[in-house]
Amino acid sequence: MDTAVADSLDPLIAELRSRGFAVVGPTVRDRAIRFAEITGAAELPAGQGDEQDPGHYRVVERDDELMFGFAASPDSAKRYTQPPRQALFRMREGTVEEAEQEAPRVALLGVRACDLAAIAVQDRVFLGRHPDPAYRKRREALFLVAVNCAVPGGTCFCVSMGTGPKATAGFDLALTELTEPHRFLVETGSERGADVLAGIPHRPASAADVAAAEEVSRVAATRMGREVDTENIQESLAAAHDSPRWAEVAGRCLACTNCTMACPTCFCTTVEDATDFTGSLAERTEVWDSCFTLAYSEVGGSPVRGSGPARYRQWLTHKFSTWYDQFGVSGCVGCGRCITWCPTGIDVTEELRCIR
Amino acid sequence: MHPMTPAPYRVSSRRVDRADTVTLTLRPMGGPCPPFRPGQFTMIYAPGVGEIPVSISGRARAGGYAQTIRAVGAVSRALCQTRRGDVVGVRGPYGTAWDVQAAAGLDVVVAAGGLGLAALRPVIRELAAHGSRYGRISLIVGTRTPATLIYHRELARWRDVHGIDVQVTVDHPDHAWKGPVGLVTRLLDRIVFEPRRTFAFVCGPEAMMRAVADDLVRRGVAAGRVLLSVERNMKCGVGRCGHCQLGPLFTCLDGPVLSYARAAGLLAVPEL
Ligand SMILES: Cc1cc2nc3c(=O)[nH]c(=O)nc-3n(C[C@H](O)[C@H](O)[C@H](O)COP(=O)(O)OP(=O)(O)OC[C@H]3O[C@@H](n4cnc5c(N)ncnc54)[C@H](O)[C@@H]3O)c2cc1C
Ligand code: SF4
Ligand code: SF4
Ligand code: FES
Repeated sequence: MDTAVADSLDPLIAELRSRGFAVVGPTVRDRAIRFAEITGAAELPAGQGDEQDPGHYRVVERDDELMFGFAASPDSAKRYTQPPRQALFRMREGTVEEAEQEAPRVALLGVRACDLAAIAVQDRVFLGRHPDPAYRKRREALFLVAVNCAVPGGTCFCVSMGTGPKATAGFDLALTELTEPHRFLVETGSERGADVLAGIPHRPASAADVAAAEEVSRVAATRMGREVDTENIQESLAAAHDSPRWAEVAGRCLACTNCTMACPTCFCTTVEDATDFTGSLAERTEVWDSCFTLAYSEVGGSPVRGSGPARYRQWLTHKFSTWYDQFGVSGCVGCGRCITWCPTGIDVTEELRCIR
Repeated sequence: MHPMTPAPYRVSSRRVDRADTVTLTLRPMGGPCPPFRPGQFTMIYAPGVGEIPVSISGRARAGGYAQTIRAVGAVSRALCQTRRGDVVGVRGPYGTAWDVQAAAGLDVVVAAGGLGLAALRPVIRELAAHGSRYGRISLIVGTRTPATLIYHRELARWRDVHGIDVQVTVDHPDHAWKGPVGLVTRLLDRIVFEPRRTFAFVCGPEAMMRAVADDLVRRGVAAGRVLLSVERNMKCGVGRCGHCQLGPLFTCLDGPVLSYARAAGLLAVPEL
């Protein structure tokens, strides 16, 4: 892996744009730090940070000028790898026409290590036994610029899940934001990445630059807001199906589905059907779904998981236990989104402690 | 091709089995029908209405899948109402199969509850066609009322021509009914099989399948030789929608046919 130093992100953004990528990066909107298309580094949230706790999120002013001084945003890369709504096909009489598989050339700037791990998890879901060509196309069109976390949030636990805070694979370029003077250490993770780096002003990284970046990741790893003991987690959760804690946590869960929508690995979908007014043209659309709904498990007029405890158990057990059986990895990458965005502040790390 | 894209199939024949149940023959509009194994299902799409999993109940003589559908909701009703010549979408076949070969040399118990008989039909046809490969063959069927029984003529043929011991019980008899009344498990007392040398295929409502499987295991049949077909909500059939999960399993990929050795513990957990 080559390392270099760049002083500004403007040339990188311009270079990516000139290669036909829409550059999507963090911006402050809706009182949150959210992904949106940007045209220059001035649109990045310099000096803005976030405060994240169970059921709590605020954008706050920082006392420095860090452009990436915040943790996971409510948006994740899932929005781009697996859009919330995907047209599948149209059928008229005897002809089936697949939907145009849109794969916009997007460069995601500011992807975190946990999000890269989540994309790797999604690859296992969508490129497994019945590979999805539309996913593959979107995935190949994505250019990933990771940013190593300097300021983890109060709900982060990537260290426990072995996914962060430093990006080690799965990116085209990875940045570490350094201060005094403000600059970025740039690592290349792919040929595409190296090619882009070659097109922008940079200089070789000095030993001091590399050491400073290592220090950023070392310190970040000590600042995890949360922690999970993953020892034996798959077996112990599978054996905990009758824990009294399921009923306790379900008493606080609204089954609002926020956690599953915010989670970067939750992949469940359902389908919607529509016809034109003559009824001869039918269209199908795949949309995000959640195991917290009753319709999700309906069989023969009633849901398999009719009770709240059963639905919460399905979610947590899937993420931290049966995902290993199905995909050989954890379904949780420790990003903390489900904790932050739960309106009643349910904390998976605490539930795991109580259940196991 | 995208795994969610169906191929157009034409309804080439439609037989009314009962007031609410029809058997359709579905033939692909281009090319041959992909091969299937007994127990597999397809996702059938009623254009504009929705898509549901339906077992393949056989290969039609003129080519195409025979599929028996009971109208219970929007999609199954739309499919039951299709007419000859109509076009539907089909994906698959998907899922695991009844391992009929594993029953060679053994007594065979086939137990069906209600429409479960449709999913078992390819097994029974195989047993009937190669009866000498197996020991004693019994088919026990439970149905709600005499009027809800499907495949009358075939049941008679399996009994009279192929020498299969066919027994039917009903929950609610009518005046003409002279046969047994009650749960299908009761019929296990009326058939002959050597438990330690028996293979069983069970399909029906989950409670019925568990009752039959438990009973067979209690009598000494190995749980690994009892196969059942698990029903879960399915929106994709290909392991991407999540809906069909049963603990660690995707019912669409790892099932629907599971051995009781694998399924018993999972089905015993309420609301898993
Ligand atoms: C592997 C498998 C094989 C099947 N084989 C047959 C068969 O041969 N013949 C037959 O008539 N039926 C079969 N079924 C059941 C059939 O799929 C349901 O009756 C059908 O999905 C009901 O859909 P609906 O829209 O008509 O009814 P609704 O009650 O309106 O259902 C709404 C939705 O819930 C889901 N759903 C409801 N009931 C079931 C169910 N029992 N299984 C799975 N999903 C369900 C479906 O997604 C359905 O679209 C099978 C189910 C499975 C899983
Ligand atoms: S379960 Fe929660 S912490 Fe884990 S990946 Fe999903 S949203 Fe992030
Ligand atoms: S976000 Fe919280 S309340 Fe909503 S479904 Fe998830 S755990 Fe339940
Ligand atoms: S039916 Fe969608 S995952 Fe099994």
